[in-house]
Amino acid sequence: MSWLTNTLSPVGLGWFGGFLTSSIGKKVLMALTGLFLISFLPIHLLGNLYLLKDDKGESFNLYAEFMTHNKIIKAVSYTLYLSIVLHAIQGLLLWRQNASARGQNYAVKVTRAVGTNPRAATRMGWLGTILLIFILLHMYQFWLQMKLGNVPRAAYGNGEIVKDLYNPVMDAFANPTFVIIYVVSMIAIAFHLWHGFQSAFQTLGLNHGKYTPFIKALGKVYSVLIPAGFAIIPIYVYGDSMGWW
Amino acid sequence: MALNGKVPAGNLTEKWTKYRASMPLVAPNNKRRLDIIVVGSGLAGAAAAASLGELGYNVKCFTFHDSPRRAHSIAAQGGINAAKNYRNDGDSTYRLFYDTIKGGDYRAREANVYRLAEVSASIIDQAVAQGVPFAREYGGLLDNRSFGGVQVSRTFYARGQTGQQLLIGAYQSLSRQISLGSVEMYNRHEMLDVVLVDGKARGIIARNLLTGELERHAAHAVVLATGGYGNVFYLSTNAMMCNVTAAWRSVRRGALMANPCFTQIHPTCIPVSGDYQSKLTLMSESLRNDGRVWVPKKQEDAAAIRSGHKNALDIPEEDRDYFLERRYPAFGNLVPRDVASRAAKIACDEGLGVAPTGLAVYLDFSAAIERYGRSKAGVMGLHNPEHKKVIELGQNVVEEKYGNLFAMYEKITGENPYVMPMKIYPAVHYTMGGLWVDYNLETNIPGLFAAGECNFSDHGANRLGASALMQGLADGYFVLPYTIGNFLSNDIRTPKFDPNSAEFLQAEADVKGRIDQLMGVQGKQSVESFHRRLGKIMWEKCGMARNAEGLTAARRQIQELREEFYKDVFVPGSATGDYNPELEKALRVADFFEMGELMVVDALNREESCGGHFREEHQTEEGEALRDDANFAYVAAWAYNGWDTDPVLNKEELVFENVELKSRSYK
Amino acid sequence: MENMHLKLKIWRQGGKFSKKGEFVTYELDNVSEHMSFLEMLDVLNEKLITQREEPVAFEHDCREGICGTCSMVINGHPHGPNAGTTTCQLHMRFFRDGDTITVEPFRAKSFPVVKDLVVERAAFDRIIQAGGFVSINTGQAQDANAIPVSKESATVAFDAAACIGCGACVAACPNASAMLFVSAKVSHLAMLPQGKVEAKRRALAMVKQMDLEGFGNCSNVTACEAECPKEISVENIARLNREYISAAFVYDEKEEKGGGAG
Repeated sequence: MSWLTNTLSPVGLGWFGGFLTSSIGKKVLMALTGLFLISFLPIHLLGNLYLLKDDKGESFNLYAEFMTHNKIIKAVSYTLYLSIVLHAIQGLLLWRQNASARGQNYAVKVTRAVGTNPRAATRMGWLGTILLIFILLHMYQFWLQMKLGNVPRAAYGNGEIVKDLYNPVMDAFANPTFVIIYVVSMIAIAFHLWHGFQSAFQTLGLNHGKYTPFIKALGKVYSVLIPAGFAIIPIYVYGDSMGWW
Repeated sequence: MALNGKVPAGNLTEKWTKYRASMPLVAPNNKRRLDIIVVGSGLAGAAAAASLGELGYNVKCFTFHDSPRRAHSIAAQGGINAAKNYRNDGDSTYRLFYDTIKGGDYRAREANVYRLAEVSASIIDQAVAQGVPFAREYGGLLDNRSFGGVQVSRTFYARGQTGQQLLIGAYQSLSRQISLGSVEMYNRHEMLDVVLVDGKARGIIARNLLTGELERHAAHAVVLATGGYGNVFYLSTNAMMCNVTAAWRSVRRGALMANPCFTQIHPTCIPVSGDYQSKLTLMSESLRNDGRVWVPKKQEDAAAIRSGHKNALDIPEEDRDYFLERRYPAFGNLVPRDVASRAAKIACDEGLGVAPTGLAVYLDFSAAIERYGRSKAGVMGLHNPEHKKVIELGQNVVEEKYGNLFAMYEKITGENPYVMPMKIYPAVHYTMGGLWVDYNLETNIPGLFAAGECNFSDHGANRLGASALMQGLADGYFVLPYTIGNFLSNDIRTPKFDPNSAEFLQAEADVKGRIDQLMGVQGKQSVESFHRRLGKIMWEKCGMARNAEGLTAARRQIQELREEFYKDVFVPGSATGDYNPELEKALRVADFFEMGELMVVDALNREESCGGHFREEHQTEEGEALRDDANFAYVAAWAYNGWDTDPVLNKEELVFENVELKSRSYK
Repeated sequence: MENMHLKLKIWRQGGKFSKKGEFVTYELDNVSEHMSFLEMLDVLNEKLITQREEPVAFEHDCREGICGTCSMVINGHPHGPNAGTTTCQLHMRFFRDGDTITVEPFRAKSFPVVKDLVVERAAFDRIIQAGGFVSINTGQAQDANAIPVSKESATVAFDAAACIGCGACVAACPNASAMLFVSAKVSHLAMLPQGKVEAKRRALAMVKQMDLEGFGNCSNVTACEAECPKEISVENIARLNREYISAAFVYDEKEEKGGGAG
């Protein structure tokens, strides 16, 4: 019996604790949080694309203003933070547990796989760690500064004064170090998704000769397009600041 | 001594029903007090252990494998017979009984065989209920195919892995009893002796193979389900660890070994390729449904093939001799195993063999591929299809039917059997002989039972294809759980036996003595090398064809080799505190010497040819086996009392009340 | 080729070698391409025995790819580099003259090494004992054709039932997970009406035992399927996940109340 089972027993949910701490339950949690994070990415990307709009950041800042004040979006974003935390902690715990299940390591180590990339699949822990560090940096750099109000203000058409996130982003991406960090992190996320996307479906038991090939194809397209979309922004902004285009 | 098979009186068809209904029973509360040891966890052992556990007995089950799922029953490919008559082709219990008696060349006990045919249908029911995934038709019902020696389709199958699926079914039932606590499982334990108390079998000495420790286990009865002794020949289709030790140690304690010379040579095995060869691989008999067996008609063609100057495709149709079809037009390529094997041997003896060793014939699927291809093309509505298309379609059909066997053949030989005919040669496969048992499957030692291949009971001098699985499971599920009650009903007041009693200590000391003797030799030659040499003697002189001169020489050679073994064998490692596979082998090979000698003695005694036992002195002008029913319609059950005295023959006369003894004809 | 020369780097553990294990390199001549990998090891052992050295302990039995006894990891692949092949059916023609071949035991905490290349796989038996069966007694069965089973279901069940219990999936999995093994048994029985009856109970019990044995968790790497000598599909793992999730949320084990009249 795990502590979770014990904690949940008094309210009649001991079975749920048992499920969550079983090897399959742990993976289901990874899959569900992972899919939620996956679904967040395109929304985030669409908002970010406002950065490329040539309006001195008006649409982007208004979008950011909307995102931070809408109640529903707030609720969703807390779910998102919780998902990141659960996905990361559970992932790290699984990583540790899985590493110790081998005991002694092989002298010759080769991994073959069927329908996924073995290099990505066996490195989800490393990729996830890179992403976790990236997310912490990313949130510190923009989200926290926005929350604390350490950003300039801007006024637009209707005279409303909003926090100006646009200019700090522009400043950051004029710095090649940040550009490299962001682009590398997007490559990491691409690999993480390459395995993770279809893997989540498999964990939830959704594998069928008729639709799995589609899920796998979709996952591949997704794991290339979304990170590429994100990566274009810092590159574009940097190029712009250097006057390349 | 004349032996009594304890066959119940009455009409053949009612014997088992009446006997079962009138047998003394053991009440459930008493079953709990009775201990049974089952040695072996193959089909017979696992089925018996599970069924006895379900009945409420305390069962201890032993296997030398790391898990009870690995016994050699698992390797049976083709199928399991049952008189279900699902095909409406005229099958019946009587017909299965008759085919088995005839196939066994009239050397089996009628009542046992009839019982086997009777319970065969229940086996399929039981297996399906356990979740055995037999082949099915689109309507959802079970499919059947035909096997050698019969003219009905009564063989149920699960691709080419029928034995595996049936064993896993039995293993699952056994696992359930283990989880319920009614069976205690001892993996990696090898039985090295049976312990007799007051003349009854009351326990065993087993060696823990991981630690080398000897253990004494007591029970009210002992069941041996330890398989056959085909590995006497070294090269056989048996698994590497198959051995005769459990059965042979029982013989050394007074049990009788029946018909040891009845060994089955399977016609379709992949030929030997070199001296390093450790075992032979069987290609399922089901292949003979579609494959045609041939050799070149001309010796010069065969020689050219052997030297690599020609291959099978270079031999035109008119220069091929489809010798089974020629000799046995009624059954063709589906003659029984002994007949097919001998015919292949004769062809190779005439210098027509097609492997570099001279020992192989072709099994050719090209006709079947073309036939299936045409029929498939017809189904697809292709008129006048190109030859290439026909072949492609035909290959697909053949792949569906035998794909895994063809893949296995290619893996082992590196040749593509869809294009080039397979090369096959007979190899030792099964042993019909075994511990003598009565109708209850009880040996002449009270309380010692034998089930499955390790007894002699049902196959006479030759076993039909797909009947081994049937017999193992019949014994384990449906015969032994009843008949053992006959013995145990007298023991309901007998307290548990003390494994520290003098009899157990003495038996353990005997085993330790044998181990110390082998470890103490510290000679120069490996166990394996002795085993190979023994196998060579057996195969050459007591194999597919035997004669008095060869057998006499073989007996002397085996004795000499045995003496050399005890003087010059080298067993590395230590006997205790360590896992020592070499010592395991040494103990087994030591018993193979004695068993091999007994086989030769039996073959020498049986002055007739029947089934798998072919004495060259006794054949028709056409080279067919010549039985001597007047003098040899008996079971030869041998007592073995050590190296210095000749084995003693006991006879059980075979009485045939229901079938007429005829010379077997498959022409 | 009839006389290949090989360098064999073999894991030795226990007996005269250290308890923790070590690699020992052996040279072997005259290896024929027609030998199976195990026959090549036989030749090595014969040589070691004539030199009065301790032979390499390895497990094997049927040597025709069905008993699941042989194990060992060859050049990083359980059962060697050939797909769909057990070690006993791997032939030397897939190696080249002069090759160095590294041979290790299956490695997993739940498969402790017994000696050299031999490991203990009793954990698999305990998982089956936890529920990998249909709860019927001998003699209870109805006629075999009483319940039709679609050919498709029977085929899927068979594909899963082809598992030989060798443990290559565990050895191949970077997490030493036993999910392919467990899922094969759960699938085999869940796909047949005879096994469907207790499918939920079975999935819960077998996964519980699997977790107790200390195997790792599945990350859908699929190395298990890639190395499985019987090429069992990870679709079975998805089916197990499905069975387990639905069992966890809807199955409530009701104990029968005792008693009764009389």
